[in-house]
Amino acid sequence: MVRATTVEPVNVIAAEGLSKRFPRVTALDRLSLDIGPGVTGLVGANGAGKSTLIKILLGLSPATEGRAAVLGLDVSTSGAAIRERVGYMPEHDCLPPDVSATEFVVHMARMSGLPPTAARERTADTLRHVGLYEERYRPIGGYSTGMKQRVKLAQALVHDPQLVLLDEPTNGLDPVGRDEMLGLIRRIHTDFGISVLVTSHLLGELERTCDHVVVIDGGTLLRSSSTSDFTQTTTTLAVEVTDSDTHPDGTGALRRSLTEAGVKLVGLDGLDTQGLPGAGHILLVEATGEETYDLVRDSVAGLGLGLVRMEQRRHHIAEVFRSDEARPAAVPAGPVLQKGERTR
Amino acid sequence: MSTETGAAAGSETSRIHNIGYRAYDGPRLGRAYARRSLYSQTLRGSFGLGRSAKSKVLPMLLFGVMCLVAAIIVAVAIAAPGTTKLPIKYTSFAIYLQAVIGLFIAAQAPQAVSRDLRFKTVPLYFSRPIEHGDYVLAKFAAMASAVFVLTGAPVVILYIGALLGKFDFGDQTKWFAQGMVSVLLLSVLFAGLGLVMAALTPRRGFGVAAVIALLTITYGAVTTVQGIAWSTGSEGAVPYLGLFSPITLIDGVQTAFLGATSAFPGGNGPGAGIGVVYLLVVLALIAGSYAVLMRRYRRVGL
Repeated sequence: MVRATTVEPVNVIAAEGLSKRFPRVTALDRLSLDIGPGVTGLVGANGAGKSTLIKILLGLSPATEGRAAVLGLDVSTSGAAIRERVGYMPEHDCLPPDVSATEFVVHMARMSGLPPTAARERTADTLRHVGLYEERYRPIGGYSTGMKQRVKLAQALVHDPQLVLLDEPTNGLDPVGRDEMLGLIRRIHTDFGISVLVTSHLLGELERTCDHVVVIDGGTLLRSSSTSDFTQTTTTLAVEVTDSDTHPDGTGALRRSLTEAGVKLVGLDGLDTQGLPGAGHILLVEATGEETYDLVRDSVAGLGLGLVRMEQRRHHIAEVFRSDEARPAAVPAGPVLQKGERTR
Repeated sequence: MSTETGAAAGSETSRIHNIGYRAYDGPRLGRAYARRSLYSQTLRGSFGLGRSAKSKVLPMLLFGVMCLVAAIIVAVAIAAPGTTKLPIKYTSFAIYLQAVIGLFIAAQAPQAVSRDLRFKTVPLYFSRPIEHGDYVLAKFAAMASAVFVLTGAPVVILYIGALLGKFDFGDQTKWFAQGMVSVLLLSVLFAGLGLVMAALTPRRGFGVAAVIALLTITYGAVTTVQGIAWSTGSEGAVPYLGLFSPITLIDGVQTAFLGATSAFPGGNGPGAGIGVVYLLVVLALIAGSYAVLMRRYRRVGL
């Protein structure tokens, strides 16, 4: 059941001038954020301040300065109320091996305040939704990494929170498991009506999953915008053609023909075509509208070449940031928190 | 799986159980309820309830031994003609069976706290409404209750036996009350010490060893030195030496205030004056254990 969007607050997470300083490092430096409902990706390298931000948002670690609110509740005064409405999935292993998934999740549901009967019902439902069936009665110690990640996700969802914070949920998963987990994360919002903040250091994953991406680095905000902003500013067509007897270099012939027709070709250097089959034989054409498609088709036909493919190519978020990071000012040289320094 | 709803929308037979996501609108009972739930889960877990059959064996065996010994004492007292009271005092029972109590704590304190630390489950608790204080309080209370059940049950059996044997009701009730106060104090003290040792040694084997070492080695050392002091004529030192082991501390407190007969050499237990020191040390140890646990868990964040 998808909940009415009007019930949700406009801002799921709001931070203003949020700083967290430890004696030797600055984990967050005057970070201001506004995150609405939906799936939001929080991207940053290790030590960028992602985990510190999550701790502050859960009301577990006071900010050195600045304010933050989760679901409209102030983190410094309403920590317990926030934690009742928010689910958290840690990055690291957190499951005891000697109990079954059912027992464990029931216990965690009760820790969230669910009465015993509701805890059992919600556990059965939630485990099924994350894709654990008969195996949920077996001890967790025998589970695969993918199944363990599902149990971790289930304990974060079992009390039907309004927001879940997922810390690196795809860590350690193989490509198939990764895709399944990302699909599941998408469903948490579309089917369950729960907003999601998901961290990752892989932009590509979040591009597919998130409505909105926030990038932090060295504790400061690098960029915050919706994924459609990132990927749909321009459309590029990737065109691949065959060679023929009259045109031994089909790609070159088409390039000349299109340039004469006044179509703008995009340089290959800035774009990642290495992963595509036939890289080097691909022309990237900037599409300005319907007529560009027709023009490409007519040019190919006119030259008597075979059209192998013509596809819309989305920019990857990574490219957007690559150009950002090229500007030296965008990357602050401030001290970066190292993983090992804060937990112990 | 991620495709579950999509697939089921198209073909009804592919997923029989797909009923879609249901939101939860029921009550959320908050911190106090979560603390109670953690308490009862830990208390039940100490006796292996709600856990695997394997983990029930040891605690149930120890509990059985405690009750069986009490039952045998009762049977002997009732069977023997002309007895007017039980062959042992209520307060002496826990001292005699301290090895069983020590084993129980050594096995169950690490299970109560070390597991959460070792498998890093603690952050899951603290991402929920309960706070560090709630967690420590629930675990401490549960462990103390578990030891109290273990040590109190045989005392209750002795009392029931005494009443069945038609021994003097007034005397028996008074002694029984004293015995219960004594085992209550013992339970809280031992639970605190056991939990501290376990919380500081997350690896289970070490935790077990540390608790056994704390309880038995100190007792062995104290009684040995007491014996030497006694036989070399320095009786005055005997009561003070008892301050250095948990079980002799309890012995001292109950000798001074709860009408117990001391197990110290020559029955040379502390009087009321030194007894106050004993009581203060016991209370300080309990408060100290609690403080150490609070400190330990304040450092365990996410």
